[in-house]
Amino acid sequence: MSKKYETVIGLEVHVELATKSKIFCSCSTAFGSAPNTHTCPVCTGMPGSLPVLNKKVVEYAMAVGLAANCKINQYCRFDRKNYFYPDNPQNYQISQLYLPICHHGGIEIETEDGVKTIGIHEIHMEEDAGKLVHDDWEPVSLVDYNRSGVPLIEIVSEPDMRSAKEVIAYLDKLRMMIQYLGASDCKMQEGSMRVDVNLSVRQQGSKAYGTRTEMKNIGSFKAIARAIEAETVRQIDLLESGGRVVQETRHWNDEEGYSYAMRSKEDAQDYRYFPEPDLVPIVISDEWLQQIKDRQPEFREAKQARYVSAFGLPEYDAKILTSSKKLADLFEETAALCKKPKKASNWLMGETMRLLKEHEMDPEELSFSPQNLARLIALADAGTINGTVAKEVFEKVFAEDIAPEQYVQEHQLQMVDDEDALKETIAKVIEENPQSVADYQGGKEKALGFLVGQTMKALKGKANPGMVNQMLKEML
Amino acid sequence: MEKKQTEAGKNVITDEIMEYVGILAKLELSVEEKQAAKKDMERILDYVGKLNQLDTSGVEPMSDIFSVSNVFREDQVEHKDGAEDALANAPKRRGQAFVVPRTVDL
Amino acid sequence: MKLLSLTAVELGKKIKARQVTAEEAVREALCAIEQKEAQVHSFVTVDQEGAIKRAREVQKGIANGSLTSPLAGVPVAIKDNLCTQGMLTTCGSNMLHNFIPTYTAQAVRNLERAGAVILGKTNMDEFAMGSTTETSAFGATKNPWNLDHVPGGSSGGSCAAVAAEEVPYALGSDTGGSIRQPSAFCGVTGLKPTYGTVSRYGLIAYGSSLDQVGPIAKDVTDCAAVLEVLASHDQKDSTSMKREDTDFTAALKDDVRGMRIGIPRDYLGDGLEDDVKTAVLAAADALKQQGAMVEQFDLRLVEYAIPAYYVIAAAEASSNLERYDGVKYGYRAQDDQGLHQMYKKTRSQGFGAEVKRRIMLGSFVLSSGYYDAYYLKALRTKALIKQAFDEAFEKYDLILGPVAPAPAPKLGESLCDPLKMYLGDIYTVSVNLAGLPAISVPCGVDAKGLPIGLQLIGDCFQEKKIIQAAYAYQQIRRYQRSPLAQRGEII
Repeated sequence: MSKKYETVIGLEVHVELATKSKIFCSCSTAFGSAPNTHTCPVCTGMPGSLPVLNKKVVEYAMAVGLAANCKINQYCRFDRKNYFYPDNPQNYQISQLYLPICHHGGIEIETEDGVKTIGIHEIHMEEDAGKLVHDDWEPVSLVDYNRSGVPLIEIVSEPDMRSAKEVIAYLDKLRMMIQYLGASDCKMQEGSMRVDVNLSVRQQGSKAYGTRTEMKNIGSFKAIARAIEAETVRQIDLLESGGRVVQETRHWNDEEGYSYAMRSKEDAQDYRYFPEPDLVPIVISDEWLQQIKDRQPEFREAKQARYVSAFGLPEYDAKILTSSKKLADLFEETAALCKKPKKASNWLMGETMRLLKEHEMDPEELSFSPQNLARLIALADAGTINGTVAKEVFEKVFAEDIAPEQYVQEHQLQMVDDEDALKETIAKVIEENPQSVADYQGGKEKALGFLVGQTMKALKGKANPGMVNQMLKEML
Repeated sequence: MEKKQTEAGKNVITDEIMEYVGILAKLELSVEEKQAAKKDMERILDYVGKLNQLDTSGVEPMSDIFSVSNVFREDQVEHKDGAEDALANAPKRRGQAFVVPRTVDL
Repeated sequence: MKLLSLTAVELGKKIKARQVTAEEAVREALCAIEQKEAQVHSFVTVDQEGAIKRAREVQKGIANGSLTSPLAGVPVAIKDNLCTQGMLTTCGSNMLHNFIPTYTAQAVRNLERAGAVILGKTNMDEFAMGSTTETSAFGATKNPWNLDHVPGGSSGGSCAAVAAEEVPYALGSDTGGSIRQPSAFCGVTGLKPTYGTVSRYGLIAYGSSLDQVGPIAKDVTDCAAVLEVLASHDQKDSTSMKREDTDFTAALKDDVRGMRIGIPRDYLGDGLEDDVKTAVLAAADALKQQGAMVEQFDLRLVEYAIPAYYVIAAAEASSNLERYDGVKYGYRAQDDQGLHQMYKKTRSQGFGAEVKRRIMLGSFVLSSGYYDAYYLKALRTKALIKQAFDEAFEKYDLILGPVAPAPAPKLGESLCDPLKMYLGDIYTVSVNLAGLPAISVPCGVDAKGLPIGLQLIGDCFQEKKIIQAAYAYQQIRRYQRSPLAQRGEII
């Protein structure tokens, strides 16, 4: 490669908002119902139906905008975006083009290369489309409007990112911010967060942008990173071989590892936006704006600092615990219940993280209650169960959110610290392992560990390990 | 898509424009219809051109007649099963879904 | 055939006084429809069984005192662009030839709540686009004054049904004159309320920022009574207005003393037929003699209203009509050549020529490169037109003028020249652009015996002034029945 290239990336991120009802009608936004169950004349585009805006959508959009340091357009309105597609019952989408609710923001990201601000061009509100299921046998698709009209915000960044690393850092930050706000669960696999990547390359040092392509709706952070690498290479190869990049929408196939153009002569890409005449403008008063500002939650940085100062947690632990809203909530609630923040932190940092990794789960998917973790901590602290058993019980809490006391009762997992019972078992272990006994007495300290292990095994792990150690030494 | 004008300032709608607008509007006109529609559109646009005689500099485009704003719903769900109503007029349905010609190549 | 020569309010009184039953009224209307439909063709759908059943229910409501409205038990016809649950709603289009809504428009529900009995759905220009009711996919409606002439449009079916005395009153919708112009052509009274007064929920949209539902009847007393029932603040329509002053019948006062009425000089110029001018000025004189202050003034910008209107209406229509694609309801063409072919075939076969013309125009003026030059220019023009009206209403309570430059044309004369047809809307479209209320009241006939309409325009929310002046005028000039209405009695 004779020249040095730079990748220029901007993102369009769609986020489904966590409202109970749709953006323009009272239908439920719940997932997983039979096709077209959550529909009405409005979200199926029946003749004569009219939209009425869900106030909560505006408030979520404002909250995200404020968190992303945006200016809020205190006078904004909706526009119609016209295009024909069967997932869109009116064949126009109600969106915002001319006066989006938020604009000119930016969020800070941190990568190995340091701290950098990624500009937010705008955030606008719009409605989601329905779902198409393609038939395997006949050349037909089936249309389900349950998702039609679910509220979305689209967060449009400036073309400020230069690598997949920056993109992932930006997405991570954005997702966490929105989760902290409770504005969305941002689950990529369920489609509540969707990412379109706009990418171009240019020679290093050049001020002008190259021609960009858009890759729509890529399924995961990892796939996004792969798509960025591949598209960068594709564009550079094109330019190096004397070709040129065509402005187009491309579909990223993550299994195959390549993208292909989605071109159609039937798509003119001329959306004929105009102000939506069925909706009135939104005027955001200073008071309303202040109310939303006052309601903003404590975000990650503030939380992290508080965990260090108030709970005395190490910086590293505070960082991990605040890396997910779910984890941070679990920590704070458990700590408040058991009054032992460090113990709560240890369980989350240790066993919880281990199990998440083992099950390839995201912290947002944690489903156990802080009550049960707090109870488990209390049991271990009181010496009702030993450490090994506690870990065993936690696995059950993690998986099924069982009540630990009851579980310990039912499975008789209480710690054995009855001296007579221990004495009897230890005597038996000494008798059955003469070689190890001889080794120990001959000065091999290691042999003691083996004998402790044998004793624990005989007592199904429930023995008080301190006592076993002590008594073994005495009896030998 | 650029439209042309005759020397007298009359609008000329090209076949390309008709084609393009047809794609946007999802309309396919017959040859005769297209000729007639072209003529009509030219005449109507000539007439609409009258607006250019009017000085509107400094005038804000007026989308709303009244200064009404902030008409909202509260975020409340009305639970009901809308499927049968939604599908009651469907030209083609399968189960609880509308059927359309396949939208992607598999 | 006596009941149908009554006004809706008169008939309502008789029903309330137990002199006739709702069922008798309905049966008489059905009988009139059966006799006259072959000639006038006002209806797309007549719901004979449903209407009789409903009349019996309503009669019970009247008897037990739960229905007390002056319209209880009175039959009504609904323009076929208002959704009626379980009853075919076609919009005069092949596209919706089989569409049976699953819900009822709020305006119609308000009528039902008052005890109205729906007879059926009236013919109209396809998707309300037209001025003659000839663009209906179900055949043209004829003018009850002269069957060789059009009834006007787009609410031609509703106006003809009232003028032919098939029904005492009807609902229409007005986007650029669609209530007022056919009311003028058919010699009946039609009121277009201030934008936002009647809910648009369930009104199949043409130009959303312009559409309003309103009453069509023999006189202004009926119009006021019906509008009182229609008007409501509807949370399902974001553009619906909260109004306190909807007791419109309170304005039925024979008093125009001191009322300031302005006649735009620009409304009396070229293109206005002499007979119309004479009749309109005579009406103005009559009001003057009753004590109104009448003078001519310059409204300005009149010639820009039509181009601005057609750009805005076509743009909104092109978007509003995108939903007709063969997927969810209505007509669907052969679909074995893929999605886009299905879209194109469905829409090309399902829509008529005038609708396609306006969709093409609307798509064009919104398309990339033309939005500013056409659409925004039209919205700026609209702002100036509104301003011109605002200035006029500082000086006048009402603006008086003709409804249309000429009485009803002959069938088949208008469609061949769309631009000329559009020009006929010159006195009506600016009212929609500015959201104003206006009424059309009969003020005479031309040399050929065709009715002429007088238009009274009020400032926003000033329906009462219009109603008062129209009422005073109708005390002088009583309702004149159409030949077809009278012919019914001879048979």
